[in-house]
Amino acid sequence: MAVVSPGVSRRRIPRSVTGVIVAVAAIAIVALFAVMITRQPVDGAVPTSLGFSLNSFFVWIGGLHPLLQIPIIAIVFAAVVGVILVLIEFAPRPGPGYFWLRVAACFVIPFLAFMLLRPYQNATIYVVGIALLAGALLFFADYRARAGSGYVFQLVIFLAPAALLLLLGLVYPALSTIWQSFFDKTGDTFVGLENYAWTFTNPDGFWSVINTLIWALVAPLFSTVIGLVYAVFIDRARGEKFLKVLVFMPVAISFVGAGIIWKFVYDFRQGDQVGLLNAIVTGLGGEPVSWLAAQPLINTFCLLIVFIWTQTGFAMVLLSAAIKAVPGEQIEAARLDGANAWEVFRNVTVPGIRSSIVVVLTTITIASLKVYDIVAVMTGGRNNSTVLGFEMVNQQQRFQSYGHSSALAVVLFLFVLPLIIYNVRQMRKQKEIR
Amino acid sequence: MTAIDEPGIRAATALTAREVKRQEKDARNKLTSRGATLAAIVIAVVWTIPTFGLFVTSFRPGADSATTGWWTVFTNPSFTLQNYADAMTSGGTALTLGQSFINSLAIAIPATIIPIAVASLAAYAFAWIPFKGRSIVFVGVFALQIVPIQMALVPLLSLFSRGLTINGVELFPGFTLRDVDHSFATVWIAHAIFAMPLAIFILHNFISEIPGEIIEAARVDGAGHGQIFFRLILPLAMPAIASFAIFQFLWVWNDLLVATIFAPSSSLPLTQTLNSLSGSWGAQWYLQSAGAFISIIVPLVVFFSLQRFFVRGLLAGATKG
Repeated sequence: MAVVSPGVSRRRIPRSVTGVIVAVAAIAIVALFAVMITRQPVDGAVPTSLGFSLNSFFVWIGGLHPLLQIPIIAIVFAAVVGVILVLIEFAPRPGPGYFWLRVAACFVIPFLAFMLLRPYQNATIYVVGIALLAGALLFFADYRARAGSGYVFQLVIFLAPAALLLLLGLVYPALSTIWQSFFDKTGDTFVGLENYAWTFTNPDGFWSVINTLIWALVAPLFSTVIGLVYAVFIDRARGEKFLKVLVFMPVAISFVGAGIIWKFVYDFRQGDQVGLLNAIVTGLGGEPVSWLAAQPLINTFCLLIVFIWTQTGFAMVLLSAAIKAVPGEQIEAARLDGANAWEVFRNVTVPGIRSSIVVVLTTITIASLKVYDIVAVMTGGRNNSTVLGFEMVNQQQRFQSYGHSSALAVVLFLFVLPLIIYNVRQMRKQKEIR
Repeated sequence: MTAIDEPGIRAATALTAREVKRQEKDARNKLTSRGATLAAIVIAVVWTIPTFGLFVTSFRPGADSATTGWWTVFTNPSFTLQNYADAMTSGGTALTLGQSFINSLAIAIPATIIPIAVASLAAYAFAWIPFKGRSIVFVGVFALQIVPIQMALVPLLSLFSRGLTINGVELFPGFTLRDVDHSFATVWIAHAIFAMPLAIFILHNFISEIPGEIIEAARVDGAGHGQIFFRLILPLAMPAIASFAIFQFLWVWNDLLVATIFAPSSSLPLTQTLNSLSGSWGAQWYLQSAGAFISIIVPLVVFFSLQRFFVRGLLAGATKG
């Protein structure tokens, strides 16, 4: 971007004209798109391609042995990234050769990208038109950029892959889910807020909301408190590292693995118990309990224990690092003033690690709101142990009910929303301090 | 410690009464710390026993573990490796646990490489190419974590399988991967997408800390952004990339949700196969336990061998999902 090549023609045309031309091109693209989607649908339209497409590549690589696919996809992907880097390196340079390189890239890349998706034949002409217009727009905007030609070009190439993934994979699906939540099972008929009413009245929907709230309140509290207590207790103790690893290990284990580990603890049968918990219960003279079917809420708390088991290690490691960062002078000063261990902990250590505690709490809360795996593995949502993150998938996979599924996802979104907003605000605050 | 203690000791010698009190307090602190250590050991044991119990069970003969608790192994030891062999080959003709172990590798490795490459490009642009509205766009990317992946699953799936049709006009068809033997493409893309906001955020934080003078010097020497990125930024950002790579690899390896939705039945990873087998195994704990440890072994190896990177990646990537 430091490379500025003042072309003569660029000087002659005023900047406002550039703006007008860019705006006209943008409008033309939108207009072309509008014309395309208002065409009469053609029956039996077939996809067109240049003889190769993303689909044919995926089909080809999918036929290979899974382990062989790893190096191939890595090489192909590295080649694509390599082309991107070469373009970024050379295209912004001044000179006629590089000028034509930019021209070619601007037109070829969008064209190729669209054709790789195999547009249907009735849409091809419009798709190609849009691609070429977009390329022309990019080239012109780049050529007339204030920072010199090549600047906009490299910026777009740097950001385009990530932007495409984010827009197609997160922004569009999220909006589409919100839209779907107002339609019926199949997504054809508008039903207003019916799906939301269902969420709060149907037993599955109702329990998923209640349980999710319980998860979000209980799990962060217990994980953080146990993690903090443990971190304080083992601080500078002998074998601290080893003790840390024992509690931290569950963090690396998948929820599926953790689910099986704990299903074994909760195992219930007639006769001799092989599950630890029921063995203890019967050993103390009690009757064995079918823990994962026990209602009300007992099974939910059994699942919660598994989640707390996996999250405590995370809280412990983060808080332990924070405790070690509390200045020793402060603790020593408090000790000299006659404070006992508890008072030192409450008045010096906890205020010193407050921000870390908040991070741990919000992180675990977000994780507990989105939990899916533990419920899927351990109870399958039976006996009112379901949660939003699980029930949403359940509605879609078992009942093909897209409306209910979407409404549950939106409710989950509304629960997560304030926490992420809080996180973003914290992040901005930190940036300002820096 | 001594350096910190010194002023304290001097103050204490000045006041005898205080000295006595201090000694008392030291004794009390030691007592509580002994109790604290004991409590810590109790927590550690409680945290370890469930895993240990299943681990022991995975080596006990099936007949034993069906009738007696794993703790009886200490009085009546008998071990076998047969459970692992049985678990590896169970799952019918379609997909055994062993095959889905390979699938898990084929999913997790590309799903780690792709998002990191794409995100590091974007992170570099956010850090070192000034443009209008840069910080707003960056915060917007970070805020995309707002979208729980549950929210994006269904529309993304229909985009992949049915393509895009607006107002009856079909723009592009989906991918026709139904009859393909081992298709992971949609899983790779889905994982890459869901990793993107966090990857950009973490890598940006690191890349933007690289001193500007280094980049300025390279630019004076005639390097463009392509060279600067490839020859300067990538090597310098390696620690951050490694940390995030390990985090992302484990996240994908341990993932059940994305695989459930996107992976075709012949391409299911370990977690998904294990989950469905777990249902049919029921109370056959010798299979359940061996299966669970087959799925846990890779994360545990990564965890113990690369713990430092793992912790860093975890702390940075805490809010993913």
